[in-house]
Parts: sequence; C-alpha cells; structure tokens
Amino acid sequence: MHISEGVLSPAVLAGGAGLAAVGTAIGLKKLDYEAIPRVAILSAAFFVASLIHVPVGPVGLHLVLNGLMGLLLGWVAVPAILIALLLQALLFQFGGLTVLGVNTVTMAAPAVICFYAFRGLLRRPGTPAAVGAFACGATAILLSGLLVAAALITTGQAFSKVAALILAAHIPVMLVEGVITLFIYLFLQKVRPEMLEGLYA
Amino acid sequence: MGRASVPAGRSAARDGRSTNLWLSSNFSEQANDEEDRFLSPLEEPFSAGASPAHRLDPRGRIVVTALFAVLMAVAQTYAATLAGLALALCCLALARLPLQKVGLRLLVVNSFIFLLWFVLPLTYPGDAVWRCGPLAVTRQGLVYAGLITLKSNAIIIALMALIATVPVVTLGQALHNLRLPDKLCHLLLFTYRYLYVLEQEYHRLIQALKIRGFRPRTDLHTYRTYAYLAAMLLVRSYDRAECVYQAMLCRGFHGTFYSLWRFSWQRRDGVFLGAATPALAALLYLEWGMRLM
Repeated sequence: MHISEGVLSPAVLAGGAGLAAVGTAIGLKKLDYEAIPRVAILSAAFFVASLIHVPVGPVGLHLVLNGLMGLLLGWVAVPAILIALLLQALLFQFGGLTVLGVNTVTMAAPAVICFYAFRGLLRRPGTPAAVGAFACGATAILLSGLLVAAALITTGQAFSKVAALILAAHIPVMLVEGVITLFIYLFLQKVRPEMLEGLYA
Repeated sequence: MGRASVPAGRSAARDGRSTNLWLSSNFSEQANDEEDRFLSPLEEPFSAGASPAHRLDPRGRIVVTALFAVLMAVAQTYAATLAGLALALCCLALARLPLQKVGLRLLVVNSFIFLLWFVLPLTYPGDAVWRCGPLAVTRQGLVYAGLITLKSNAIIIALMALIATVPVVTLGQALHNLRLPDKLCHLLLFTYRYLYVLEQEYHRLIQALKIRGFRPRTDLHTYRTYAYLAAMLLVRSYDRAECVYQAMLCRGFHGTFYSLWRFSWQRRDGVFLGAATPALAALLYLEWGMRLM
C-alpha cells in the first residue's frame, strides 16, 4: 500500500528520504556498470508482474514480490525499487514525490532484511529452501505493513486506527505472497537455477 | 537492441520498430501505438502535447515542482493549502491536459484519502458534530481530513501538470543534467525502455493462458499458475538482458549514453522561474504568517 502525498509529517518524510538515500547509495555502490541492463530488465519484469491481480475471494490483490526482489538482488533492490516507485508516480501518479523516500523504505527495507534473514535457509536444498521461500515472501509483506503503520503512527496518534486497518489488510496479502514466492522460487530453481546464484554470492 | 531471445520470430518484427529509439523523446508515443490494442495501463497520456507547460525546460519544471511538493507537504494551514491548490490548477490550465482523464486519475489516486475520510473523523479526538450510537464524528477530524485531501491533490495536480508532461526519457536526461548519480539515471532509462517490451511478453503469456481456458479463482491452482506466469516473465527478462548486454558490448558500450538532445534554457523558462519564485515565496509567507496568528 502506498502512502499518498500530504499525509505524513515533515519529520517522517525527511527521515524516510534520508534512509532511502543511504540505502540507494549502498545499492548503487554494489551495482557495476555491466550489471545495469540485467538489473533494469529484471526490475521492469517485477514492475509488470506487479500489474498481475490475483483473486482472493471477491477482491483482486496485486502482487508486490519485494521479498523475491530482495532475494535476487540484495542491496541493489533498493535503487531498483526506488526507480519502480518513481515510474509509478510518473505513469499512474500513485505514491508521489515527497513520499518517495518513505515508500522506498517501506518496500525496500523488508527486501534487504529478507535477503540476509533467509539466505542461509535457501541455500539448503529441499524442504528448508521451500519453507525459506514462503517465509521470505510473507515476511517481506508483514514488514512492509509494519513500516507503513509505523510511518503513520509516528505522524500522529490520530492515525492509529488507520494503521491498524492497513496492517489487518496486509494479512491475506502476506499469505498469497508467501505462496506465490514459493512457487516462483521452485520454478526458477527448476528452469533457470543460475538466476538464484545471487543467493550464493 | 539485441533480440533473439525466447519466442524469437513472432515479436522480432514488432520490436524492430522501436529499435534504436533510445534517445528519441517521442519513443513513448510509438510504443503507445503498439500498446493501444491492449489498453495498456502503462501509457503516458499526459506526456505528449504542445502546450506552454510542455514546451518549458524540464529541468526548471522538476525543480519548481519538487520545491512546491515539499512546501505543500509541510503546510498545516488552510490558507497556504488553498493557495497552493489554486497555483496547481493554474499549472494544469497551462498544460491543457484532457480534464476527463485528469479527473479519472485523481479519483483512482485518492483511494488512500477515501480510507482516511472513513476513519479519521470517527477516531480523531475533538468536539462531536454528529453522533450515531457509539460513533461520533469530530469537527477536528473533518478539518484534518479536509486539509490532507487538499494538500494531497494540490501536489498530485502539480505533478501531473509539470512532471507527467515530460516524457520519461527526457526526464531521465534532465535528472542526469541535475547531477543525479549516473547509475540511477541509467537504471531509470533502461527500466522504462523495457517496461513495454515485458508488458508485451506478459500479454502474450496471458493470451496463452486464456486460450487454454484458464479462469482465475481463489485456489491453489490459480496461485500456482500466476506464480509460473510471473516466473516465466523473470526468466525471459533474464535471457533478454544477456542478449541486450552483449549487443551493447558489440556496439562499443562502455558505461555512457550519448544524447543527441540538448537542453536549451530559453526566455520562457526564465519567465516561468521568475513567476514561480515569488509564488512559492508567497506560499511560504502565507503558511508562516497564518501559523503565527
């Protein structure tokens, strides 16, 4: 869920922008010039994948896949997600300019955390890797929800109910993302295992 | 750009048209022609045009919009916010965008704001203006939700009028010109360039699913199918990336893009900046003056 413009307090916006800038700097440092086409085309694929709407009961949820992005890209996921959010702001006017930093942090921080948290589990073939893939997808969404809620609550206590609602809405998304990340992981392992090599780097 | 990845023959001809349009700013228009059949959600409906706003130097527009957005985001008074909204509407008039499309966009983009209207008036502490059982709508809550709505829409309208009117390719070059990191600008240009290509790939996969009678439901089969669809998209993007990179090496790529586009700062850009600076200063004065009152 993107936070709209004009909602958050200046302190939260500035904090988010600062963190996003640091994360982007680290990501760009780890990104070689040769890798730019690869990373860019992969993030374009993630952008298009996020247009897929998956039915959950009567509503359609769109895929986020930030956990998987973290798994494949590590720290480089931060600039990739920043670019994706900028393009969303430009093409659909979702999110926006001043909230770009905060939205980048809420999406990219979970990606990087999941990269480090589940790398070990995913290196072990068989059931541990499958569990790790599910957990990675689900945890990334949970963390995103928590960060959105935290950004709203630090803006003002008035948002606590909104934050709780948003967090509750993340629970079904979490399960769906977990299942889908698991299947994508299994597919990639079978079809193109070298794509997962970033894990072993 | 390098082709020859998975479903070669079929898409080669179609993609061939957009080859080497890297540096031309009207690339998006050409892509849109191809996408129209799919009613692509990725179209840039506002970037084409010849209005006064479209003709301004993108760098000036970016700087002014960024300053305006920051000012609006920190504003806490109705006076400054309403003045800001008026300014944003002036910019919209300057950009002569199709109002119906703008309205539709605003409606979709305001979904988060609608959620706030449902919750904030009921939960914000303050004097009740309307009661219904245990629920009380507070005046402060309504005032706050109204303020947020105005701020949010002022920024979005300015964004649409001044920045969404720059084609993304030009925007990438302008950001580079404004001293953003090289790699970030390259990432932006590359990602944007391949969005449309991968969207085509996505539609091809969806068509293949439909032909085989796939109907999305809430079950594991659907989730597995969508997962494989997304995974196939990633695999194809990976293959394509290899080809693209090799093709670029063949053509002597060594980390720089050369642009034939030159930004030229003209008199109208000076006039725009000359009008925007006092307007932004007035907003700032209004905000601080009202806060001190």
